[in-house]
Amino acid sequence: MKYVDEFRDQQQARAIAAAIAREARPERHYRLMEFCGGHTHAIFRYGVQDLMPANVEFVHGPGCPVCVLPIGRIDEAMQLVEKHGVILCTYGDMMRVPAGNRRSLMQARADGADIRMVYSTQDALKIARDNPNQQVVFFAIGFETTTPPTAVAIKQAQAEGLQNFSVFCNHVLTPAALGALLNAEQPVAVDAFLGPSHVSTVIGSRPYEQFAEHYGKPIVIAGFEPLDVMQSALMAIRMLNEGRCEVENEYSRAVSRDGNTKAQALVNEVFELRDSFEWRGLGLIPDSALKIRQEFVGFDAEKRFPVHAQPVTDIKGCECPAILRGQKKPLECKLFGTVCTPENPMGSCMVSSEGACAAYWSYGRFRNVPGDDQA
Amino acid sequence: MCLAIPAEVIAIDGDNAVVSLDGVKKEISLALLEDVVVGDYVLLHVGYALSRISPEEAKKTLALFAEAGLLESRS
Amino acid sequence: MNLNIKTGKVEMSHGSGGRAMAKLINELFIKHLDNPLLRQGNDGACFEVAAGRMVLSTDGHVISPLFFPGGDIGSLAVHGTVNDVAMSGARPLYLAAGFILEEGFALADLERIIISMANAAEAAGVSVACGDTKVVEQGKGDGVFITTTGVGVVPEGVNISGDKAQPGDAILISGSMGDHGVAILSKRENLTFETTIESDSAALNGLIAEMVTAVPTIHCLRDPTRGGLATTLNELAGQSGVGMQLDEAAILVKPQVAAACELLGLDPLYIANEGKLIAICPQDEAEKLLAIMRDHPLGKEAAIIGQVSADKHHLVQMQTRFGGQRVVDWLAGEQLPRIC
Repeated sequence: MKYVDEFRDQQQARAIAAAIAREARPERHYRLMEFCGGHTHAIFRYGVQDLMPANVEFVHGPGCPVCVLPIGRIDEAMQLVEKHGVILCTYGDMMRVPAGNRRSLMQARADGADIRMVYSTQDALKIARDNPNQQVVFFAIGFETTTPPTAVAIKQAQAEGLQNFSVFCNHVLTPAALGALLNAEQPVAVDAFLGPSHVSTVIGSRPYEQFAEHYGKPIVIAGFEPLDVMQSALMAIRMLNEGRCEVENEYSRAVSRDGNTKAQALVNEVFELRDSFEWRGLGLIPDSALKIRQEFVGFDAEKRFPVHAQPVTDIKGCECPAILRGQKKPLECKLFGTVCTPENPMGSCMVSSEGACAAYWSYGRFRNVPGDDQA
Repeated sequence: MCLAIPAEVIAIDGDNAVVSLDGVKKEISLALLEDVVVGDYVLLHVGYALSRISPEEAKKTLALFAEAGLLESRS
Repeated sequence: MNLNIKTGKVEMSHGSGGRAMAKLINELFIKHLDNPLLRQGNDGACFEVAAGRMVLSTDGHVISPLFFPGGDIGSLAVHGTVNDVAMSGARPLYLAAGFILEEGFALADLERIIISMANAAEAAGVSVACGDTKVVEQGKGDGVFITTTGVGVVPEGVNISGDKAQPGDAILISGSMGDHGVAILSKRENLTFETTIESDSAALNGLIAEMVTAVPTIHCLRDPTRGGLATTLNELAGQSGVGMQLDEAAILVKPQVAAACELLGLDPLYIANEGKLIAICPQDEAEKLLAIMRDHPLGKEAAIIGQVSADKHHLVQMQTRFGGQRVVDWLAGEQLPRIC
């Protein structure tokens, strides 16, 4: 696969690993946060940490839209189906997340709810066209990568005069989350950030500049392949060694400083900021999420179908919040591997394919198997 | 976040296109980009092309990888 | 009057035991699956067996779509059970086939499926000795469900079982991974993508016979069907109480299969195969076994992919193509396409 295979090359990996080992100063401990859950997944799937020296550590960030969605919102989505009888269209990622009463969309579907998994908002539009006598709601989640496709769908629905299509909007914003991490009372203890690949193709590298400057943390926009992640780690280490706090773009083949201005304009046309939005693990963050503008109110599922879910608290002992903030590792959660496994997840970090706990369990469990004597 | 994969545009019809990823073909939307031509490589995410891949920048990045292995310590 | 196969549909009367059912059985099942035992028309098929151990296996087939690139539910039903019997090292002899038909199912499609079964059975050297037909009301079935049960005989001196893997054993596979699952996914309506990948559905008893003759000390054989290579290896590791270490670079995945998996965010190691097998044998027989497999049309791309190890946690681990290590875990629930 072009632009994929050459970025997974083992020889190059060893070469970059050697450079990192050379340049990471032995007296320093480098903590690099990969913000994006997709990066967490890639690091574990390819075993990238095996190629890093002991004093370079990856800290997993909150960039997993499934993980940070408060489960009350999933309950509200379920109410749309169970109380209002809509056809709910959702990305596959959401199907197994345990919500209130630990019930997931998948279980609701088994109970007879009309919940359909889609790959694209275009599929949801098609379902609406094919079922003119039923209301169809698209469960929109995701950071800035996934928001433009929702905007396109809403505009298309408007142009076609679709009466039975609406969107339950849970789109969230990366810079706000980054700010919350850095602004927190106990700010996350990392030295540098590896910024998300595909969010950045949309928003560009410019939005990160204020954080690098204001908080004194180097940020490297990292591509999605394992060689990208390693090269980005090297670039971060170099900036830290040189005392530079800038934004560097390793993913230059897809990311520019301005980003995708057409996509940004579409998003601005359809959405506006919510005053605040509750994030799992990060609490209430102002100006961190989007809602549908008044001009498109006809496509806002929250206005069309009033739903209200009871606030759901996390299960006692579940450390998802601390893990999402990079303050704890999955192994430090007492429920990890005992009560909480991918078959029986207690929190979304374990069920989302890019939650830190799921990645750790599925790919990295052998590193510290509970009950083993440490070598 | 978000899984996006580079794929080659092999046919265009207005705002829609067919891309090929090693022979696997898929219909996708070009609604988020302008001036895409057949032969371009685009990043595909949930059925939409998000960005073009720049062959020149890709080459530069690969060269940077190679360089990392050759340079002497410069800390 | 004969059945109207061209435009006729399955009706409730076809399952009620009367004349309509007899017509269906004669003009479709017996006509195409024709063999002496089936022609006897008894409730059960009676046959002689050589003394020794026998193997019995059963499989329900509910695949959708019924017709897919490289096969259909009929050939799959034959291959699946023939393979299950053969995985104990047994020579498959007879199949029994139970059909649950949905009212309204096209007789032309039913005939296609039966012909496909007949061809698959002939190629595998087995016969469908008896069967059963039921019909359920429209809406209560997915066109057709088929259950096949197979019986076979194990040669003397052959002891193949999932609990026999030993630390140090070699792990081999007979070819590329993920073909069947991707062929099926490409026909699912909501995942519109086009590929030329075909299911690898095939009867492996011929290949297995040659393998077992050349290397009677094979410890384990299993076909990585639902859940893929990863799940099946985890099963074997658990049954045998061992661990495994794999080499990702040695596991062949066709470029289109890899591409389709990338597109959907799926891992080819978890995708079903219907014409491939895993073999675990003593290390010193590995090269010999590999050569035998590669000599057979269904094993041309066979490879040694790893080794069994001692591990009280029964983990299947893998060195990635990239050079790092990872666990290859059990599949948790269904693998779902992801956006993130």
